[in-house]
Amino acid sequence: MRRIAAFFLVAALTGAGAAVPVPDLDVGQGGHCVNDPQVMRQNHMKFLYQQRDETVRQGIRGGKYSLAGCVDCHASKVNHSVLGSDRNFCQGCHTYAAVKIDCFECHSSQPRALSAAQREGGHP
Amino acid sequence: MSDQPDASRRQFLSRGTAATAAVAVAPGVLLYDFARARPPAEPASSAVRWGLLIDTTRCDSGCDACVSACREENALPLPLKPTDPQWIRKVELQQEGSGRKVSLPMMCQHCAEPPCVDVCPTGASFKRADGIVLVDKHRCIGCRYCMMACPYKARSFVHEPVEDHSGATPRGQGTVESCTLCVHRVDQGRAPACVDACASEGHRALLFGNLNDPDSAISQRLRSVASVKLRADLNLDPGLSYVGL
Repeated sequence: MRRIAAFFLVAALTGAGAAVPVPDLDVGQGGHCVNDPQVMRQNHMKFLYQQRDETVRQGIRGGKYSLAGCVDCHASKVNHSVLGSDRNFCQGCHTYAAVKIDCFECHSSQPRALSAAQREGGHP
Repeated sequence: MSDQPDASRRQFLSRGTAATAAVAVAPGVLLYDFARARPPAEPASSAVRWGLLIDTTRCDSGCDACVSACREENALPLPLKPTDPQWIRKVELQQEGSGRKVSLPMMCQHCAEPPCVDVCPTGASFKRADGIVLVDKHRCIGCRYCMMACPYKARSFVHEPVEDHSGATPRGQGTVESCTLCVHRVDQGRAPACVDACASEGHRALLFGNLNDPDSAISQRLRSVASVKLRADLNLDPGLSYVGL
């Protein structure tokens, strides 16, 4: 099922299926990702699951596929979050792909370096 | 040719160990700990077993620095509502007859044979290789069976949605949680927040260290003073020991 969803997403992002407009994402700081963007679009959930299990259960830290790392680079500079609107990095694409995102019920959707004042104003 | 190691080399090694063990960088943090911290990319090893020794004779009944430090470190809610989680709490005991009073912090005892792990139906409740008992909240379904099984009442259920995600440990509604022995700090070679807070207050009632290392400060103290494990009759082999009960 995920593979089918990823296929449609990739097809849409490359312009193959023009019926639904591609999300216009606010990539935040952006720059070089930890892997090729196309690989990340298709496989970020697998990388995140793998690293999360290694960190939580075995205590392996410092891996490159860190959720906090995603947020640090991709939080919008407008509301300091990856959530909030369909332009925000995580929410925008997940809304488009109709995949529920529940990471941020527990994890912070704001960058680690954010000051307390900025945290107050942004999306939780 | 002698089989004995060179005497001067032996002295050098023993002096080097003594020096690193003694140098304090900050309250509760010793260079010794940094020297022993494993590289971040390596998994936790069963060669280490983390434990705490709590000296109730040094614990002040009016002090709750350990509780406040825990709340701050892990962004636990304050002021406390009846349903809010408690990872560490101060308990006052009074002996019948003599009236002798004791004050102590109570928290997860990080058992070697944890009943919370035995009963968990999803494998969310687990013991890490280095003896720290944790909840993998990605697998927790919130059944609270572990809370029933724990004889120390150490675990809490998160009833309310979590608004504040600034803490070191991700927390979320519908999962069980308890003291993590500040696993994020331990992995950096630091002591848990409660231990540092107690040391900053000058009480030094909490001693954290590796129970498997006979030369660690905690092992040496366990050898030299009388201590008890709570509900030792249950044979759970807790990682926490108490002095002065």
